[in-house]
Amino acid sequence: MEGLGIQLAFYSFAAVTIGSALLATMAKKIVNSAFALMATFFGVAGIYGVLGSDFMAVTQIVVYVGGILILLCFGMLLTDRVPDEFRVRSPRRYVGASIAATLTFVGLAWAISGTAWARLPHITDGSAEALPTTALIGNALLTDYLLPFEFASIVLLVVLVGAARVARGGTR
Amino acid sequence: MNPLLAQLTAAETDGWWAGFQAFFVAPENAWAVSLLLVLIVGKTIPGMVSLLVWVERRGAALLQDRLGPNRVGPFGILQSIADLVKFIFKEDVLPGHVNKPIFLLAPALAVIPPLVVLSFIPWGANVAIADVDTGILACFAFSSLHVYSVSLGGWASNSKYPLLGGVRAAAQMISYEIALGLSALSVFVIAGTLRLHDVVMFQTDGLTIAGTTYDALWARILDWNLFKQPLGAIIFLIAGFAETNRHPFDMPEAESELAAGYHTEFSSMKFALFFLGEYAAMIVMSSLFIVMYLGGWTFFGVENLLTDWVAEYGAANPGWINWPLIVEAHLHVGIFLGKLAFLLWFFIWVRWSLPRFRYDQLMSIGWKRLLPASLLWFALTAVGVALVR
Repeated sequence: MEGLGIQLAFYSFAAVTIGSALLATMAKKIVNSAFALMATFFGVAGIYGVLGSDFMAVTQIVVYVGGILILLCFGMLLTDRVPDEFRVRSPRRYVGASIAATLTFVGLAWAISGTAWARLPHITDGSAEALPTTALIGNALLTDYLLPFEFASIVLLVVLVGAARVARGGTR
Repeated sequence: MNPLLAQLTAAETDGWWAGFQAFFVAPENAWAVSLLLVLIVGKTIPGMVSLLVWVERRGAALLQDRLGPNRVGPFGILQSIADLVKFIFKEDVLPGHVNKPIFLLAPALAVIPPLVVLSFIPWGANVAIADVDTGILACFAFSSLHVYSVSLGGWASNSKYPLLGGVRAAAQMISYEIALGLSALSVFVIAGTLRLHDVVMFQTDGLTIAGTTYDALWARILDWNLFKQPLGAIIFLIAGFAETNRHPFDMPEAESELAAGYHTEFSSMKFALFFLGEYAAMIVMSSLFIVMYLGGWTFFGVENLLTDWVAEYGAANPGWINWPLIVEAHLHVGIFLGKLAFLLWFFIWVRWSLPRFRYDQLMSIGWKRLLPASLLWFALTAVGVALVR
């Protein structure tokens, strides 16, 4: 990770991600939260790009900004009245939230410290030029990781069936 | 590194002109060439849009047997500039009942995604701002963001018709994006790459039937994906019309039902930005269609006329800007723009020839016809590729 440009890009994307994530959790209006979340997703995509993972960066935008967040906005459009003050502030929730946040942080820290980062070819051989990863990911998904890949599609199928069941209203 | 520079090496001569050339030739200054391309594309698109608006109005008049705008400049060609001046000097009304930040952001969100997508389009063999490996995926990633401007613009306006227009737009764009993506997927299954440059090259390497590669003119014509993927191309085109909210799918702003749909409350330059965004999205969709189905910058061998000249000049003048390469780039871009002009005229032609669908018809076309058809075509393509390999 040499070069001032790369450093600058990384820290600005990190700043965008963290700043907008804070805004998303602390904004009073749910619309502003959604918009801040959009900036967060873009920031994360940018970090993927800086780290040389072009496919992940684009997929992040396709899935999160182009899919999930649009569904969220669609929910807002169709909801009769979105309460602006939607947060219930009670101490009990702070306790639960801090436990969840701590667990997430510990899990992430454990995963990050346990990863062999220098495995990527463009990092190990010192060349700054990142290689395209699309073909590599495609091969890996259909060979070594075929079972998890197919399992993920079964989860999606279950979700679809469940959504249809809920939308139909039960008894049929 | 920018492909324009890949064929050039550093110069070792004196003088400001040599320094100028050396600057652009040096690999570490690739950003300068990219910046130049960004400026050229970024300045050209608004110009193209204003020309397109004039063509649209004159074309509408032509198809309806009337004159259209013909007073400002020769043939009325300066009409769009007059309109722009009017837009700038109109009062910028900010209604009191809107959600201000999003109301201000929505017009910008209409323009930014199409302009970002244009940076991934290969206009010529060596002319692309960012020829990324995930090309088409990146294009779809950013063009799908267009829905934010219409849905949130409608929502932030906080009144009935814009909200209805915004909801319609969001539903329509999400529905047709599936058919659009699936038909595009078939192209990448046969081409075996996501990179747009390689997709174009795939359509010019000669037609291979049963192990033999044919290079005659008929083979070159049939090598276009339009002929290898006829149903996919038609589905892509129809879904593209729906994605850009053009007739006969312009439900989000159906003026007889919804006033002006999602941009009812927008005035002055904010409205003009929505306008610009719609036409820029048309240019994006047409460019993608050209790259994926119509052979991009190639035209049956015409694009290769200057190859020898470029190679000779490059060999004779190492370390200098390869000027023939730039001439060749103009040829490629010219071919591309010719195809673009035809497709944009097709958009206009359809708009003034067909009536608008009803909303339920639109949904049933999207989900009951286009989606199964594109799935079927994708399956057929996959089987075909498996059989041929």
